[in-house]
Amino acid sequence: MVTTVTSYGRSGLSDWLVQRASAVILAVYSIFMVVYLLLNPLIDFAQWNSLFSGTSMRIFSLMALLSLGAHCWIGLWSVSTDYLKHFAVRFVFQMVIGLLMFIYTIWGVQLLWGL
Amino acid sequence: MLTVSIYRYHPELDEKPYMQDFQVDTGGKDIMVLDVLNLLKIQDRGLAYRRSCREGVCGSDGMNINGTNGLACITPLSSVVKNNKLVLRPLPALPVIRDLVIDMDQFYKQYEKIKPFLINDTPAPGIERLQSPEEREKLDGLYECILCACCSTACPSFWWNPDRFIGPAGLLQAYRFLADSRDTATEERLAGLDDPFSVFRCHGIMNCVTVCPKGLNPTKAIGHIRNMLMTRAT
Repeated sequence: MVTTVTSYGRSGLSDWLVQRASAVILAVYSIFMVVYLLLNPLIDFAQWNSLFSGTSMRIFSLMALLSLGAHCWIGLWSVSTDYLKHFAVRFVFQMVIGLLMFIYTIWGVQLLWGL
Repeated sequence: MLTVSIYRYHPELDEKPYMQDFQVDTGGKDIMVLDVLNLLKIQDRGLAYRRSCREGVCGSDGMNINGTNGLACITPLSSVVKNNKLVLRPLPALPVIRDLVIDMDQFYKQYEKIKPFLINDTPAPGIERLQSPEEREKLDGLYECILCACCSTACPSFWWNPDRFIGPAGLLQAYRFLADSRDTATEERLAGLDDPFSVFRCHGIMNCVTVCPKGLNPTKAIGHIRNMLMTRAT
């Protein structure tokens, strides 16, 4: 058993599951957005605004946003433990990524819910 | 004449490793890579490589042959040589002791971690612990591993974390004992694997499957371990 304290869920299985589940959510969200834009090529601001003002779309977007945060954290944490061999460099990288994910998530919530 | 380019390194004489070219007369025959090495040994008595059974059973002569890991003794020239050139390097990722000989300590340490022996605390029966043919069949494709290290040293996850990722060879054996009906330490074995490195550093690129000289499938075994961990945790 290898001990880690900076990984997303501490357990390999939990990280693996979150990575896959978030990938599915992101895939569904991406497909939805592409199809929506293809079906509405002449979209204007009013239509775009009304799409994102519905509660279901906001929930769907927030779910995709949280999935993106978790997915990036797990992925980039893996990359850092593969390629960054110096402890200090790796730790700083992980903290910067964590901070960025936090900022983007809060910022995204603010945009979505118009707070 | 076949041109053979070989990785040479003698730590007491050479500052750094280099590639040395040889010309070998194979007599036009489709011989094995190990036979070529034996012919080279006549030209240069100082050339170092491991070999023993010369029939793919002992796993001593794993090496990188024209860019792909394999056993020299069961790899015919016709399957690897292009443009009449053969390039031989030691297995990647592990420290080189000399020429094609590598230090396999790290590889064996990972193998040791998975407790490669039957654990059974129940009283031993008079003669032997019996298995049904169906139970025995589950070990096929697992027990045949000869620990040549071709798979683990072809795995990028093992290259970056040889001290934390068990590697395909170790994991194939981990599943060999998890799948054994005579073993009673399933829970203990699984508990030791549920971290982000031991099993889950495998990203399923299947280099291990491509290079295994015995035709085994470590990626499939890793999938079974994942399923067992999943069943246990949900």
